Amino acid sequence: MISLIKRPQPSKTWMVATPVLAVIVTMILGGLLFAAMGKDPFVAIRTIFWDPLFSPDFAAYSRPQLLVKAAPLILIAIGLSLGFKAGIWNIGAEGQYIMGAICGAAIGLAFYPMEAWFIFPLMVIGGALGGFLWGLIPALCKTKFNAPEILVSLMLVYFAEQIMIAVSLGALRNPEGNGFPGSRNLAQYASSANPELIAGTGAHWGVMAAFAAVVAAYVLLSKHMLGFQIRVTGESPRAAGFAGVNSKRLIIFCLGTSGALAGLAGLFEVTGPAGQITTSFNTGYGFTAIIVAFLGRLNPIGIMLAGLLLALTFIGGELAQFMLSLPSASIQVFQGMLLMTLLAMDILVNYKIVWRKKEAV
Amino acid sequence: MTELLKLQGLTKAYLGVIANDHVGFSIAKGEVHALLGENGAGKSTLVKMIYGLTKPDSGTMTLHGAPYAPNSPQAARASGVAMVFQHFSLFEALNVAENVALGMENPPKMNDLARSIREVSHTYGLPLDPHRTVGDLSAGERQRVEIIRCLLQDPKLLIMDEPTSVLTPQEVEILFTTLRKLQSEGTSILYISHKLEEIRSLCDDATILRMGKVVGTCDPKTTTARDMAELMVGETLHIPTREAKESGAELLSVQGIEFAPQSPFGTRLKNLSLSVKSGEILGIGGVAGNGQDELLSVLSGEAKAQSGSVVFEGQDISTLGPNARRALGLLSAPEERLGHAAAPNMSLIENTALTATIRKKLSKNNFINWSKTEKFAQEIIKTFDVRTPSANAAARSLSGGNLQKFVIGREVMQDPKVLVVNQPTWGVDASAAASIRQALLDLAAGGAAVICISQDLDELMEISDHFAALNEGKLSVPRVAKGLTVDEIGLMMGGAETSSDTQIAGHEVSA
Repeated sequence: MISLIKRPQPSKTWMVATPVLAVIVTMILGGLLFAAMGKDPFVAIRTIFWDPLFSPDFAAYSRPQLLVKAAPLILIAIGLSLGFKAGIWNIGAEGQYIMGAICGAAIGLAFYPMEAWFIFPLMVIGGALGGFLWGLIPALCKTKFNAPEILVSLMLVYFAEQIMIAVSLGALRNPEGNGFPGSRNLAQYASSANPELIAGTGAHWGVMAAFAAVVAAYVLLSKHMLGFQIRVTGESPRAAGFAGVNSKRLIIFCLGTSGALAGLAGLFEVTGPAGQITTSFNTGYGFTAIIVAFLGRLNPIGIMLAGLLLALTFIGGELAQFMLSLPSASIQVFQGMLLMTLLAMDILVNYKIVWRKKEAV
Repeated sequence: MTELLKLQGLTKAYLGVIANDHVGFSIAKGEVHALLGENGAGKSTLVKMIYGLTKPDSGTMTLHGAPYAPNSPQAARASGVAMVFQHFSLFEALNVAENVALGMENPPKMNDLARSIREVSHTYGLPLDPHRTVGDLSAGERQRVEIIRCLLQDPKLLIMDEPTSVLTPQEVEILFTTLRKLQSEGTSILYISHKLEEIRSLCDDATILRMGKVVGTCDPKTTTARDMAELMVGETLHIPTREAKESGAELLSVQGIEFAPQSPFGTRLKNLSLSVKSGEILGIGGVAGNGQDELLSVLSGEAKAQSGSVVFEGQDISTLGPNARRALGLLSAPEERLGHAAAPNMSLIENTALTATIRKKLSKNNFINWSKTEKFAQEIIKTFDVRTPSANAAARSLSGGNLQKFVIGREVMQDPKVLVVNQPTWGVDASAAASIRQALLDLAAGGAAVICISQDLDELMEISDHFAALNEGKLSVPRVAKGLTVDEIGLMMGGAETSSDTQIAGHEVSA
């Protein structure tokens, strides 16, 4: 008989080991899935996990994509994780991402075609501020009216999407764009461009910001009083109240910070890889980052690794669709499997599996 | 008297830890038998074996001379063994009769059941309306539901696990009357408790467990409480002694607090006033749920009463939060250890940082100095004899008593001017409780003031110089504790101005 026994405290070893185990289990289950679809499982797994980085044919193109795709995920997920740790659920990072991009882009476009060194920094501030203010709306609704931040932040995503469509067709539309929706290309305007800083790596300013956010979050959570208050609040709100945590201020901080980081991610995207605000600028980074945050166990280092892993499965998944003509649904199933196995493995962190002989009756 | 239940050589080990080691004793028919022991002495394990919740590794039990080896509580009940647990298992949304029916194998029709509940409750002097919703009942009434549920099965042996921990002195007296009646009808009772005075007044025989072994038996009627306590802890008890001290300047005063808690289940504090002086211990008694949590929260700063109502050393602090009050020297330790006084999944080091960063200067520019925090945590662990594998252990991995020592130690060692504690020794074994009380006494001797909110009257009588009682959010006028009788205390607890007709228990508490 198998039984689960609660550990006196969460196992540190398993906290590290379960993600690795989950990836391996996902590879096996995914391999079975691909085999059932008539594909060679080993080729499929290799195409997803190995080829994007090391294939002589594609790596030159796909390797830089890894950081390009991982950076916004990590940047947003770091912000979200602060709130999630405290039990504050910002589900609307996608909206904050859009608003950051729009605000930052608007500043850049306002200066066009002037060339000056201060334009890009100003846009960065604008991007952060746009996301911050968008994140502040659910925070204030929560603290003033006790409205659930989950609903408010989520609904603001659709609001932000409508604003994005409106400005793509209106205020920010490229006057030289022959009537097509979408702004001027910011990546091609030197003062607003967010170029690759080290050739061939994909590392743009957003990647730097993402790594900086990882370090800052790590220090905040492990050393700073505020990070400690965030953790206590998530562990036990009553104990946090006893420790003198001002829960309203914490809600504003967490939602504001995650909004600002999402806004930054949007700004770096619109000035670099995307180039312009269009009616379809957002691609779901804000939602995927929720998965990244949990996959990384709300731990900054874990989030960085999870962001890279998820970015890899995106790139590898696309490659597998293209090379092995796998349907895109099967790739989504595969990504879903990864999340499910990881959550299932989570039980090993808090419980010990014990084999016991059935007690004689 | 004939023998009902005989235990021989019962042994049970959990993952290498021996919880019961060759435990043997017997319970006679119609006997009230006490089972005494500190937390972790193995009382629960033993009772679980008798009630069929777990099986012994070795040893035998005989009931009525026949082998008895229940493999489930149903089997135990079928053999006539019933149990009232310390924590009730009742559905608050259902009424009394429905709750009783849920615990029966073949419940009769609701009307018949309601009639028999009424009969049994009448016969045993436990008034209970079968149609009332359990959610509206007091703790004492809920316990009656559990007891009646057992009595309906006509048990031969009734096991009671710390039954009086939730009761007022008056309710205790009613319960004891019921138990004595049951006893006179030939029912045996296995009575588990920490409270030695109770055991002395109720039980015929006592078995004392320590570290899983039977260390002694005694006749509680002739053995002193002190001797029994010494058998339990295996060392000479350190009974705290109150050094008489002239009390000094007023440190904290509370004037006419009106406070409505946010929770619908909270108790409103009504025009509550008190004052403590340097060197004084004010004991606040009362039955749980009469505003204890609320009083602590308005003193700790977690909740805010109206402006001007809380004055600390002449300064109005009613608008200050917990940390600002800590900075001034007003510290507190709430009742609920896990989830309020300490975060369950956090280590003891982190839980030290929970309240101690300000007074012990454990942080600089808002960055926590973890090594300094760990050092202070180690000091607490050492000074208060907190048994834990390390300071890195999660709070929830500690036993209740050890965590309580840690929580109290954490506040006491920050050198407070005023310390407010709620239920400082709840669920703590005798020796730990004595050391916690001694720490509070030492604190007062050093010039601090202590407000001790507790439901343990013996404890309050032992350490307080002034005593007041909370009743429905109102505080009685504090009186000098020395010389108060149980009757007077009962009146104070019942809300003195309205309770001239209250029935008072007639036994003395050793002061």
